[in-house]
Amino acid sequence: MVAMTLLNWAFDIALGSALLWLAWRCLFTRNLFESVVLFVAFGLLMTIAWMRLEAPDVAMAEAAIGAGLTGALLMSALARLERPRTGQEDSP
Amino acid sequence: MTPAQLYALVGIGLFFVGLYALGVRRHLLPRILALNIMGSGVFVVLVALARRSSEVDPVPHAMVITGIVVAVSATALALRLMLRVAHATGSAQLTDTGDD
Amino acid sequence: MTGMLRWAFAGLLALLAVGLVSVVLQIPEIGGGLRSQVMAQLPESGVDHAVTAVLLNFRGYDTFLELVVLLLALFGAWGLSDSIDEAQLDTDIAVLTELVAFLVPVLILVAAYLLWVGAYSPGGAFQGGAVLAGAGVLLSLCDPGWRSRRIERTAELLLVPGVLVFLLVGLGSMLLGGQFLEYPKDIAGSLILLIEAFAMLSIAVTLHTLFAGTPRVGGDR
Repeated sequence: MVAMTLLNWAFDIALGSALLWLAWRCLFTRNLFESVVLFVAFGLLMTIAWMRLEAPDVAMAEAAIGAGLTGALLMSALARLERPRTGQEDSP
Repeated sequence: MTPAQLYALVGIGLFFVGLYALGVRRHLLPRILALNIMGSGVFVVLVALARRSSEVDPVPHAMVITGIVVAVSATALALRLMLRVAHATGSAQLTDTGDD
Repeated sequence: MTGMLRWAFAGLLALLAVGLVSVVLQIPEIGGGLRSQVMAQLPESGVDHAVTAVLLNFRGYDTFLELVVLLLALFGAWGLSDSIDEAQLDTDIAVLTELVAFLVPVLILVAAYLLWVGAYSPGGAFQGGAVLAGAGVLLSLCDPGWRSRRIERTAELLLVPGVLVFLLVGLGSMLLGGQFLEYPKDIAGSLILLIEAFAMLSIAVTLHTLFAGTPRVGGDR
């Protein structure tokens, strides 16, 4: 079973590195759309990480809330950010 | 090194990547993402350390689920704030050094 | 941040990271945790799944306040809305419409299943509520006004029961002789299901509203 342990280690190291690399790319790219997409990808890899850490409840919550809903919120905000303003603003 | 320790190190790395981005990036959207990633780092450390015994400890799992829900609430609120700032000042960048 | 300052900042963070890493590596590799205490009390908690028991029973107060936080975030978002246009979506994509028409009923079923199975297996109100919210988001992608045109009043009413039922069950437990949220042991399971059902609905509506906004933003709210 040494091969299994080796495989497990390789997988965990690959996953951990991918998480760190995705986080770095996500936060330091100038392209906002790329940031959001990479963040959703990060969330999906986190879901796999939670499964590796034997936390299925957390994995489900992360997939639905962390990756899914946060991704939708980010995309919606990005769209409104980059659209020219229309309509009046409330007086402060 | 156990797998739990490996993931705990990944969590620490995520936390500091997010913190560095928070110090460096001037645009509000990456800053919100940085906060989320810092939070995720903390969650990973919590859950990784929960796996130290052969049977997992369920209490950190519950805490992290709570944390994820609170994080999405905060993110939604922060995004609204960002849009408000952008529409009030014309840009979503913090401009103290104009460095972004 | 200028170049020199950036390097100094990075250096400081690297130092902190090294310190934290050394501390974490010193934590015993095996040990600790509250699992034994949780498993010991699990038969009396009313559910068979440890995480659900912790969320809804042992640490129920935290979950209760978490639902309140979710609502507070929504109130904050409402207060911050200005009368910018809601997103105009190009919604004439046949594949999207067909896919959503298929997916939404499936997602509703999945959410109901997750709610029910949370007592025995991974699942529960939060996961189910998030899936329901996801279904709502998919519908909003196809038809942005689907909620405001038909069921807005009902939807907004559904924001409240999550916190309210939780509070009432907690107070009811006090009336029946225990502390706040100390459920009577024989009906704990049913009470937890009751709380989770309403919590799921409230979580779903709150999360979807955070995404889709409400039609009366900036107006005569």
